[in-house]
Amino acid sequence: MSIHSRTAADVLRDLAARKVSSVELTKAYLDQIAAHDGKIKAFLHVDPDRALAQAKAIDDRRGRGEVVGKLGGLPVAIKDVICTKGQRTTCGSKILENFVPPYDATVVEKLKAADAVLIGKTNMDEFAMGGSTENSAYFKTRNPWDIERVPGGSSGGAAACLAASMAPLSIGTDTGGSIRQPAAFCGVTGLKPTYGRVSRYGLVAFASSLDQIGPLGATAEDCALLLEVLAGHDPRDSTSANVPVPNYLATVNQPLKGLKLGLVKEFFVAGLDREIESAVREAVKVYEQLGATVHELSMPHSKYGIAVYYIIAPSEASSNLARYDGAHYGYRTDEKAMLAELAEDEERLRAAGNAKGLADFDTPLIRMYRKTRAEGFGPEVKRRIMLGTYTLSAGYYDAYYVKALKVRRLIRGDYDAAFQKVDFIVGPTTPSPPFKIGEKSGDPLAMYLEDLYTVTTNLAGIGGISIPCGQTKSGLPIGLQMQCRPFDEERLLQAAAMFQRETDWHSRRPALS
Amino acid sequence: MTLTRADVEKVALLGRLLLSEEEITAMTSQLGRVLGYVEQLGELKTDNVAPMAHALEMHNVFREDALKASLPRSEALANAPKRDEECYRVPAVLGE
Repeated sequence: MSIHSRTAADVLRDLAARKVSSVELTKAYLDQIAAHDGKIKAFLHVDPDRALAQAKAIDDRRGRGEVVGKLGGLPVAIKDVICTKGQRTTCGSKILENFVPPYDATVVEKLKAADAVLIGKTNMDEFAMGGSTENSAYFKTRNPWDIERVPGGSSGGAAACLAASMAPLSIGTDTGGSIRQPAAFCGVTGLKPTYGRVSRYGLVAFASSLDQIGPLGATAEDCALLLEVLAGHDPRDSTSANVPVPNYLATVNQPLKGLKLGLVKEFFVAGLDREIESAVREAVKVYEQLGATVHELSMPHSKYGIAVYYIIAPSEASSNLARYDGAHYGYRTDEKAMLAELAEDEERLRAAGNAKGLADFDTPLIRMYRKTRAEGFGPEVKRRIMLGTYTLSAGYYDAYYVKALKVRRLIRGDYDAAFQKVDFIVGPTTPSPPFKIGEKSGDPLAMYLEDLYTVTTNLAGIGGISIPCGQTKSGLPIGLQMQCRPFDEERLLQAAAMFQRETDWHSRRPALS
Repeated sequence: MTLTRADVEKVALLGRLLLSEEEITAMTSQLGRVLGYVEQLGELKTDNVAPMAHALEMHNVFREDALKASLPRSEALANAPKRDEECYRVPAVLGE
């Protein structure tokens, strides 16, 4: 069967009607992976036998007339930052190269219970730090629309595998835009749910107050299908919210009346690509034709979002990543070589009569930590550990970390005021189209500034979605971001689906050579 | 403010990293630029703003004090780079 440019919801209807089996479907996606992933490199691990065995078990149960779960044999790709019991979970890092989790993340348990077929683990920026997937310790993922360009990140593999029709559904994580930005760059739909909507148990932590798991799919309807499975309170995550989960799939195709959309004037300024701006303004017109009213808003603190984010996220990361110590799990430096080097260093200090150096000298255990982490982490992870350690250190904590937390509240205040007036805030997902591989990797600050439109969603803890809304003249996808009040994903998905009934940007797929 | 090599070396120790000479040079300038950028937050008066550490400001989430199964020791140790039957093994913590 052809899987090209079919939505997960369509394929699911075929599965339910037994027009196709889960084994046939899984094989078709595995064939697509075999044919194209050598070039795109979206997946870190694929286990065809395991996936097919799972698919067969679901087919058998359906064949016996048993009830199957909501995903009824649909393959789902999982970002490699989410723990899968007995299957390697690397976070795109060398330090976890051989890490095999002893338990499943809550979302993985839910996927299995819903009868998803786990087709593979997708590539990502190391520990989800980055916006291009160039920071993976293993390889760079290519954008299926132009393999010289990045797919975005950190969920680059999660978005690229959808654009290349290598999976019908995919799970990503979003700490500052890591679902929405790659969704925009790859021409797919990606939802960052409200903080607390989806359990983080078993998600390897980057910045715990910002991280959130969410769905990527071809359409808002596909995201509704997947969010319904992922969402819900989990006693194992004390930050998961105990609020009811709507039946997203049942309502996603019901249009909303009297929509009020907000355009933030600070988002349409120098630095925004002209083609993106015009595609976003066209998208707003589509909503107006559907009866929406548009209101200009000011969010005066949004311009501080990047500064706040690049204090808070590294601070939390430096603390979370302290667990990679070479003792409990993951990589450890070669101990013999480490001890020999330590002895040499000590000898050198003694010969130089460096009393201070000798007084502060590393113990073997401290050196083991330092050497392990120096060898196990890549440059961006080290940078963020350094930045976060600095902003949390004595003498700087108030000036940086506490200051950032205060401005975070001001940013949330801007959103609260905006949502008094409008239902959703619409704008570009990214200031520029997908950039070339290597174009920004030498300049960390330039890379951070790319996150301008997405980080404030995470700081405020609200929901956001990116949907395809156009293409550049050179044929690169453009994303429209819509942000919603906390726990208003049901209506956010309805609003996104309204746009997708009027346009066909979401159904376009790149030609793969 | 400017970041010095000595600052970077001190932070590397606190963060349990060991940086090469080249990494120290690169970090000093890259982190200096990022810190220079975030200094714009100083424009804002925030004396009367409460810090917001979390999006969902919940406190004291308790569960029932009921016994539950935990990870068996063998599974907890399974990923350790060096272990024996009961413990993680690490280099000597105290001097000889």
